[in-house]
Amino acid sequence: MPCEPMKIGLFIPCHVNALTPHIAIATLELLEAYGLDVDYPMAQTCCGQPLFNNGDLKGAAAAAHRFSQLFAGYDYVVAPSSSCVSHTACHYPPHTPGYAALQPRIYEIVEFLQDVLNVSALPKPVYFPHKVSIHQSCHGLRQRNHATASELMLPYQSRLERILALVDGITLTQPQRRDECCGFGGTFCVDEADVSVAMGQDRIAGHAATGAEFIVGAEASCLMHMGGILRHQHGTLRTLHIVEILNGKAAA
Amino acid sequence: MKDDSVNHARAARDFLQDHAHASWHDSAIWWVRHKRDVQAAQLPEWEGLRELARQIKAHTLSHLDVYLQEFEAKARANGVMVHWAADAAEHNRIVHGILAAHSVKKLVKSKSMLTEECGLNPYLETRGIEVIDTDLGERIVQLRHEAPSHIVMPAIHLKKEQIGELFQRELGTAAGNNDPTYLTHAARTNLREHFLSADAGLTGVNFAIAETGAVVVCTNEGNADLGAALPPLHIASMGLEKVIPKLEHLSVFTRLLARSAIGSPTTTYTSHFERARPGGEMHIVIVDNGRSDILGRADFYESLRCIRCGACMNTCPVYRRSSGFSYSYIIPGPIGSTLGPSRDIKKHASMAFACTTCGSCNNVCPVKIPLADQLVAQRARAFDAGAMAKGKKGGVLALRTLLGHPKLFELAGGAMRKIVPILPERLNSAIPYSRPGRELPTMPAQSFKQWWQQNRKKP
Ligand code: SF4
Repeated sequence: MPCEPMKIGLFIPCHVNALTPHIAIATLELLEAYGLDVDYPMAQTCCGQPLFNNGDLKGAAAAAHRFSQLFAGYDYVVAPSSSCVSHTACHYPPHTPGYAALQPRIYEIVEFLQDVLNVSALPKPVYFPHKVSIHQSCHGLRQRNHATASELMLPYQSRLERILALVDGITLTQPQRRDECCGFGGTFCVDEADVSVAMGQDRIAGHAATGAEFIVGAEASCLMHMGGILRHQHGTLRTLHIVEILNGKAAA
Repeated sequence: MKDDSVNHARAARDFLQDHAHASWHDSAIWWVRHKRDVQAAQLPEWEGLRELARQIKAHTLSHLDVYLQEFEAKARANGVMVHWAADAAEHNRIVHGILAAHSVKKLVKSKSMLTEECGLNPYLETRGIEVIDTDLGERIVQLRHEAPSHIVMPAIHLKKEQIGELFQRELGTAAGNNDPTYLTHAARTNLREHFLSADAGLTGVNFAIAETGAVVVCTNEGNADLGAALPPLHIASMGLEKVIPKLEHLSVFTRLLARSAIGSPTTTYTSHFERARPGGEMHIVIVDNGRSDILGRADFYESLRCIRCGACMNTCPVYRRSSGFSYSYIIPGPIGSTLGPSRDIKKHASMAFACTTCGSCNNVCPVKIPLADQLVAQRARAFDAGAMAKGKKGGVLALRTLLGHPKLFELAGGAMRKIVPILPERLNSAIPYSRPGRELPTMPAQSFKQWWQQNRKKP
């Protein structure tokens, strides 16, 4: 730990704030359990990704500007979302005022634990004697290198697997098509609802075929989409955000 | 001919109605992606090859005028006649002119997406020339009066039973015999007659080599070779982006092409056509048809690196679950979804949105075109051109406004959490999100923001 306590700005994507606040709370508690000073800037709304992905570059640039001002005073910006981190760290206009200094300090939570804190243990031991199937979300995977994408002929690595190895009793697995998209895709899930659901059903079938009890990932929106299909199917498979395991809540 | 008014989301919904067929389509094409992975993994230098291919194409595109002129001069020196076509209409006029001057009645054609793009077949047919597609997949869709649904596997949307029925009707094969080898032999026998009786052959071009003036055509069936060698007249049609500087560059692409396309180490035939056969005539038509417009656009010029391997289609989870006919442009999938909108954003806007931005296409593309990024860039053009789905722009603009007002933004979220749980079943299932097999999330009692205010906010 550095001598000056680092100041963390918690970046909670709009959909997590509104729909899955328990994931935000778990993220906060996990960071606090590592003894960090975490603040949540109240004026945050949405990072602008839905605008960018729907062609509203002007709106997206305004969101980038807002975000850069809002988080300027923090040493690190940390979020439980690989997709929103990809957007803020990879797709903001490079000349947004304040952005150049902020950009390298934006982290997804697992990246932050591994690359900034270099953690070798969880804050308190977690025993989770279950089989979990890892869900690689596309933006984390292909824009943030969370794992080696199956298309690339490069040595295999996987962040999520590395950090889940710190959990006792857990068994890790992944679907046969190890990183095919689940079909969420932001507004795609409404624009192309039929393809979106077909993709989600196939993805769930892939996870289910591993015999896992849980689908675990680092992106809340993909989990929400698959969760909605799972509820419709009345299956026993459940989705979990990785922070829910890491802070011991899922084990309770 | 392709229905270019099709809307991707609606067509995909129709395609997915036949669940068993859709799931077969997905698996059949995923299998090709899998074969690609197996082949690519056998070359330790795979990622290096992709980078080299990208660089060769990037260099060529930035000196395109130089290499095209060099190519033309070398081809002319080889006795080949070279023609330039500014657009599809001019291409078709030129080809018809050559054929008419030789009193051609029957033309055999090997696979060429360019002639599909130009609509050559109907153009020639209305002028009394019989056109026979000789690639097996192309022949199948031609007999069905369909467009290809994939650029490398034109008939991948069909099962062998459907082809058996078609051949029984068109070629007189035995009823109920769907054995692929039997059907292929029947097609071959039929095509042989056409090869022998044709007056001219037209091929596409995979690579044009500036240094030698030769064109290279890659096929697995040898049909381009028969079509170019048997009749006395050979026409090769090429997009102007097909040129590469030197022969030594070719192997970089041939090593990538078949592995990316079908998961084979190489195509069965890689044929170099440098001059006409003795006593024959060879023509090359170099076609622009919108390509130099794309070359001039910073966001999109990289799409001209494409070598038409089809790998981006095979990996695309949306393509596999919607089929080529759900895309309004003649080239479907990721590459088509940037080329189509580049050509006409209003007509092809739905293609730019038929994408989750998963980015798998970027990673398989042997020339490293940032396809997913181009699709998102096309959406900005759709936004500006007012070509988005009905009502969508209003929603986006409303979100833009809310984004700058944290209190309103929070109010909207709160309203949603209150209203959704009390929606009557009927209304709930009318929401596009929940309609087809997916339920809305269960609404939490409060937002994180509210929780933070109660539990953490410093006074
Ligand atoms: S864009 Fe790339 S992957 Fe797609 S067809 Fe062209 S070369 Fe192949």
